[in-house]
Amino acid sequence: MRFDRAAWWFVAPALLVIAVFFFFPILAALLISLTDFDIYALADLSNLRFVGLGNYLKLLETPQFWQALGNTLYFVVAGVPLSIGASLGAALLLHSRLARFKPFFRTALFAPVVTTLVAVAVIWRYMFNTRYGLLNYALGGIGIDPIDWLGDPHWAMPAIILFAVWKNFGYNMIIFLAGLQSIPEELYEAARIDGASIWRQLRSITLPMLSPVVWLVGILTIAGYFQLFAEPYVMTQGGPLQSTVSVLYFMYEEGFKWWNLGSASAVAFVLFLLIFAVTALQLRGRKWTAA
Amino acid sequence: MDRRIARGVQAPLVNGLLLAAAAFTLFPLLWMVSVSLMSPGEASSYPPPLVPQRATLGNYRELFGRAGIGRYLVNSVFLAVTVTAVSLVFNVAAGYAFAKLRFAGRDRIFKLLLGALVIPAQVAMVPLFLLLKQLGLVNSYGGIIVPAMAGIFGIFLVRQYALSIPDELLEAARIDGASEFRIFGSIVVPALKPIIVTLAVFTLLGTWNDFMWPLIVLTDKDLYTLPVALASLSREHVQDNELMMAGSVLTTLPVLLMFLALQRYYMQGLLAGSVKG
Amino acid sequence: MNGQGPPARWRGAVLFCAFAAALLAGSCRSPPPGDTVVKFWAMGREGEVVVQLLPEFERAHPGIHVEVQQLPWTAAHEKLLTAFAGDATPDICQLGNTWIPEFVALGAITPLDRYVADSRVVDAADYFGGIWETNVVGGALYGVPWYVDTRLLFYRRDLLAQAGYASPPASWQEWTRMMAAIKQRAGADRYAILLPLNEFEPLLALALQQDEPLLRDDGRRGNFESAGFRRALQFYVDAFRNGYAPALSGADVSNVWNEFGRGYFAFYISGPWNIAEFKQRLPSSVQGEWATAPLPGPNGPGASIAGGSSLVVFKASNKKAAAWQLIEYLAQPDVQQRFHELTGDLPPRRGPWRQAPLADDVYARAFRDQLERAKPAPRVAEWERIANEMRLVAERAVSGKISVDQAAKELDARADDILEKRRWMLARGGLR
Repeated sequence: MRFDRAAWWFVAPALLVIAVFFFFPILAALLISLTDFDIYALADLSNLRFVGLGNYLKLLETPQFWQALGNTLYFVVAGVPLSIGASLGAALLLHSRLARFKPFFRTALFAPVVTTLVAVAVIWRYMFNTRYGLLNYALGGIGIDPIDWLGDPHWAMPAIILFAVWKNFGYNMIIFLAGLQSIPEELYEAARIDGASIWRQLRSITLPMLSPVVWLVGILTIAGYFQLFAEPYVMTQGGPLQSTVSVLYFMYEEGFKWWNLGSASAVAFVLFLLIFAVTALQLRGRKWTAA
Repeated sequence: MDRRIARGVQAPLVNGLLLAAAAFTLFPLLWMVSVSLMSPGEASSYPPPLVPQRATLGNYRELFGRAGIGRYLVNSVFLAVTVTAVSLVFNVAAGYAFAKLRFAGRDRIFKLLLGALVIPAQVAMVPLFLLLKQLGLVNSYGGIIVPAMAGIFGIFLVRQYALSIPDELLEAARIDGASEFRIFGSIVVPALKPIIVTLAVFTLLGTWNDFMWPLIVLTDKDLYTLPVALASLSREHVQDNELMMAGSVLTTLPVLLMFLALQRYYMQGLLAGSVKG
Repeated sequence: MNGQGPPARWRGAVLFCAFAAALLAGSCRSPPPGDTVVKFWAMGREGEVVVQLLPEFERAHPGIHVEVQQLPWTAAHEKLLTAFAGDATPDICQLGNTWIPEFVALGAITPLDRYVADSRVVDAADYFGGIWETNVVGGALYGVPWYVDTRLLFYRRDLLAQAGYASPPASWQEWTRMMAAIKQRAGADRYAILLPLNEFEPLLALALQQDEPLLRDDGRRGNFESAGFRRALQFYVDAFRNGYAPALSGADVSNVWNEFGRGYFAFYISGPWNIAEFKQRLPSSVQGEWATAPLPGPNGPGASIAGGSSLVVFKASNKKAAAWQLIEYLAQPDVQQRFHELTGDLPPRRGPWRQAPLADDVYARAFRDQLERAKPAPRVAEWERIANEMRLVAERAVSGKISVDQAAKELDARADDILEKRRWMLARGGLR
């Protein structure tokens, strides 16, 4: 095989950057997670000790970590189906031959995706306001008492989920739309001739044909939702009562608030393993159902 | 006939639902603009007002005057443009090489990169911070630009697109005696133009909207980007809703406009990045 | 890009130069020529207001220019530590006094004993002893108190009178009797006292009233199994068990001021900022009916927490002399008084308390009294985390999941665990 000598000039700069600023830190994180890197070590590196799996074992005994994990799972389990459902619904509507002004609607539904999260969180925080918020005003219109959205531990996570779905569903919508467009029109023609209803067409053509895309989108969305951070950081600061502390938020506080960098790295790896395991499970489940 | 009736019901239903969905997504954005034009305290009344009694630009004047948001705007633009320009050079060159040039270990390296796509960036965050501290880049734009100079996603995007460049085109140029760099400049880059624009839009938006990393790396208030400045403003001025909304408008408007202008490229990249992966 | 002009690698090089230039532009900015620029970081409301006090300082000290950067309280701790890690600390900074031991452990701030010894303004004897002490770590002084914060009783005079008491309690015994009487009148859905379970301060105040310190062996181990702490925790837990206090967190009480106004509870342990809030937010019907009182102790008036903020100078500063001049200026009694008028913060030295308006303020009077009995929390870098554990364990004791003795034992175990690194540091002589 002939090698192009110039090739390295093209790849080396990028690979160097990725090696130094991505792979090296990841290996370093693995090492740091085995030490007790803290403020004493930050003041003087000679105060660093190797603790083996100590940070990991300690995490398992930390109730706040379990709570953060629980909150994150709550966000994933409730948020992902909602988000994918909204994306799929919107994509089906947009794909319908009956829909008008398609480019406008597509742009309108996608717009929240490109907005700056911190900025739109400011809007939503105000919409969630107990006294003056539009949400409670609208609910009041149908006779529902005001909800202390961001102040009540039971409602803070649903509020964040609602916000996240609003912000994100447009992204998957576009992917679904592309998937819908690739389904051969003849299948529908045939079904219509057979007199199949809209629902029947949806169940026996659209969803089966779309299922590989749904599967992929599911994997990506779950991995993304596990990385919840900015929403609680801006909206609730993890409160009330730690009810919106996610794993990443916990890592941020552990690492950059208390400067337990060793333990923060361990949290990051646990999160990584978790995402990895869930993804692997999904891939395996896919194979199993396909077989 | 049954079908015609069904159709008569369905068309308004589909469009009505779409309208409702659009209202759900657009309402907060429109309302943000409306509140940003209200005078201080006006939004804090019940029922919540939808439009200002008398529109005023006072909040924007206050933002540019006292809060000095102009500086953060400049910072954000500078960072987004610089990161985009630099990372395009690195990623396009590497993506092309992975697609069309042969070198030792090419496929193995590419597989390694692909596998690394699933690692959340946060894993690397702590050591990256310590590394940048050693390099003296904490609290400077270098701390944001340098780690962002190349990205796996960008390389992947370019490579997938570059695969479609016909080999004969490159071979012909080589036979004519053109250097690899000349080929890259005169044939490859023009051929990759659509994906370059796509990647540029992605990088611009991503850098503009990025929050966690600038929050950690930049300590000096003068260096803040718009989102970081907005977050710190919103923590200090919880009561000044109208002012915060004006800040939000200034932060979101540039990206929204850019998205509207370059929508086609953005959607293309989105599909190339997810479906083919 | 059509192959004309410089080849791609040169374009890359040009970009690189532009990028390097941008880096330089980003990292250095020139100060106004000739002036000494003192960088001063202050938090929240204080950061906003202190700017108004500076013109006079700059007039009196030509050649010194003060640049104030305001940090939001919620992000201040992170910001300061990243600044330290990134060698970007200011010259002078406002620091919550419980944070001082942490920054001493980092070696980030400079001892001030030498400056105080030569100063005619900063007179240690005029400061409240407990507050001053919070700035002393390992025998050296690291900060000068800027304002103080302590916790005491806010109470409803009318509810107390209805229960048959004309004056607030002075001892735990009286306090318990009053709470029982109030609870009896209030019925099932009202309470005598609010002790929010998400705050560690009320329990900490009760614990500081005891003779035994909270940590022993020079901060090497927890001392929560001491008779004193168990007594404090028992009192705290009993308040819930007897139904005097609702087992709620602050977040469950949506609006403390509304609830206090409605008589949902009669006692509330809180700090000086609530004087202004109560004046502003309580309904006018109860405006004359609330008052403040020093915290009752086990036998007569008790101690409370010595909180507040201090001003510190960073070790990395090369303008320490100018920074100290600013500290001295802000410590002057008349400047302290103006600062109080602007913020409502209470002065840490006795001088400003002798004059109006503070001397005449009926709500502040109890604070003046309490400050003489303010005690610092343990001064170790790990204290905030231990205090947080104290809150979590106490919450379990309140819910009845564990007994008071079990809670004390559990707390000692957790504290010893958190302090492990400190013991190791002390053993190798690595701590100042």
